[in-house]
Amino acid sequence: MEWVNAVIQGILLGGLYALFAAGLSLIFGVMRLVNIAHGDLIVLAAYIALTIATTLGLNPFLALLIVIPVMAGLGYGLQRMVLNQTLGDDILPPLLVTFGLSIIIQNGLLVLYTADPQKLSAGPIEVASLTIAPNLTLGVLPILMFAVAVAVIAGLQWVFYRSALGRAFRAVSDNQDVAQLMGLNKAHIFGLAMALSLAVVGIAGVFLGIRTSFDPTIGSGRLIFGFEAVIIGGLGNLWGTLAGGVILGVAQAIGAQINPGWQVLAGHIVFLVVLAIRPRGLFPRIEQ
Amino acid sequence: MIRASEISIVQSSRAAWIAGLVGLLLLLALLAAPYWAGRADMRLLSEIYLYLALACLWNILAGYAGLVSVGQHAYVGLGGYMLFALAMFGGINPLVAIPLAGLIGGVASMLVAVLIFRLSGAYFAIGTWVVAETFRLSFAQVSALGGGSGTSLPAGIVTAIGDGRDGREAIIYWGSLGIAVLVLAAIFLLLRSRQGPALKAIRDNELAARSLGIDIWRSKFIIYVGASTLTAMVGAAIFLQKLRISPDAAFSVNDWTAFVIFIVVIGGIGTLEGPIIGTIVFFLLRETLADLGPSYQLILGLVAIVVMLRAPQGLWGFVRSHYRIELFPLTPRAIDSQSKKDI
Repeated sequence: MEWVNAVIQGILLGGLYALFAAGLSLIFGVMRLVNIAHGDLIVLAAYIALTIATTLGLNPFLALLIVIPVMAGLGYGLQRMVLNQTLGDDILPPLLVTFGLSIIIQNGLLVLYTADPQKLSAGPIEVASLTIAPNLTLGVLPILMFAVAVAVIAGLQWVFYRSALGRAFRAVSDNQDVAQLMGLNKAHIFGLAMALSLAVVGIAGVFLGIRTSFDPTIGSGRLIFGFEAVIIGGLGNLWGTLAGGVILGVAQAIGAQINPGWQVLAGHIVFLVVLAIRPRGLFPRIEQ
Repeated sequence: MIRASEISIVQSSRAAWIAGLVGLLLLLALLAAPYWAGRADMRLLSEIYLYLALACLWNILAGYAGLVSVGQHAYVGLGGYMLFALAMFGGINPLVAIPLAGLIGGVASMLVAVLIFRLSGAYFAIGTWVVAETFRLSFAQVSALGGGSGTSLPAGIVTAIGDGRDGREAIIYWGSLGIAVLVLAAIFLLLRSRQGPALKAIRDNELAARSLGIDIWRSKFIIYVGASTLTAMVGAAIFLQKLRISPDAAFSVNDWTAFVIFIVVIGGIGTLEGPIIGTIVFFLLRETLADLGPSYQLILGLVAIVVMLRAPQGLWGFVRSHYRIELFPLTPRAIDSQSKKDI
């Protein structure tokens, strides 16, 4: 029963990893940009939520109403003012600029908030649980987290394939120049894609902060989890990313069950194994 | 009208000869540092040499072979740990253990390359980071090497390196200098060999390079394994100087990757001179600003972004675009056979 419990906890944790990954997957799909600062932006969102929650006395879930638009606005501005200048055939500039951004955010947070671990307090929901079977109790928070992840992926899927904005995303993704000729403003579309990506990052940051304590240095770890979920699931497939997150979560939960020191290591090993046997991920959709 | 017979192609230049001579004199002066420099200065110089070596190696990967890795700290840490393991369990003299640690790093990098070469571009970058994290977490599990809290090199091994503290420090100093010279020489010879133009072709246009018959995978593989071998040697030398190792210090992305990338970007990526200039600038900044703590790193990040956006060729690229000068004779020029003047 211990093992069943571990696997189920892992599946639910996978929802959080899918949230880490969804924004990464989205901007890679639209503009082939890999944002190395993605994890640090998740941590930044958690700190913004912390500041709002403590100064206004709000529940972190209510703080989302402010965090999401703030992060989206930040994403749009960042893309228009900085990242658009780096896009082109050469992969080096976007990589190095987002790497620099990651260092700036991390150290900026250290200056503002120190290295002390912080946590978002969501009240009684944190300890609420449902008893499914005699020996199986699930926390309400992990279930909620997983449900939100599924909803976010479904929402992104809808935007990408059913809305006018998604049509613009797919057009610039297929051919930037032709899309531009058809009257789409590439710079603006990229800005919107980054805004959407960081809106998801805002949600991910709040859930991260409620689930565990956080400090300014943990961003790169979150980037790596998100990245692993994307690659395991297969590039360009949002539902695949959710599956990748779940596989990663289960691998970590099983690793932790064997030896607490193996939790993260087990996830990395599963990632490397997938890379060895299915280099394009389990459910690939786009050509690299 | 110039006939082809009147043109010859050369790589050397007067600037390169002067630079070579100055470099040789500088090297002689630095070799003698144990006789004129204080202990703290020698430590700083050793650190500069090792950072210079790391920067040159990262530059050859990212600037020439198009392998943008943000995970070379995997090999710094692996080299350091292998030095400790060989010295502590194998009873091998640490100086002998440095090249052995490099070889082990090289073998490990072959296995890693087979896996992560499946990822391209930016995904390759993060893949290298995952490998480094895997190494870090794995070494944290090895209790014989101190687990998560790390271990120190036993006193008996340290004293066996040389006579007295001064003798020991001089030997470690010469070791660091030797590694930096080895790395620079290896890269220079590589770029002067047949592989050099092939690498530049890959850097400038992979598709065109392939159509000229260059085996891209093989070229990249050789560069990756070679650079990782030398990076592991540098790592071994770094931790021989520190005499203490822990997973977080050995596999620090900040110390062994972020700073190294900063050095190369500031100095000028894709040139041999760039990392040298970048290392000097980095240490000048560090010695003046490091007291600022996190703000100092914040400034480094900002400077790197501004350089990348406004002057992607770095400081050396700026100099070269104005003066057309080269310290390492690597760019072929056409000259008139008789007058020896540029055409």
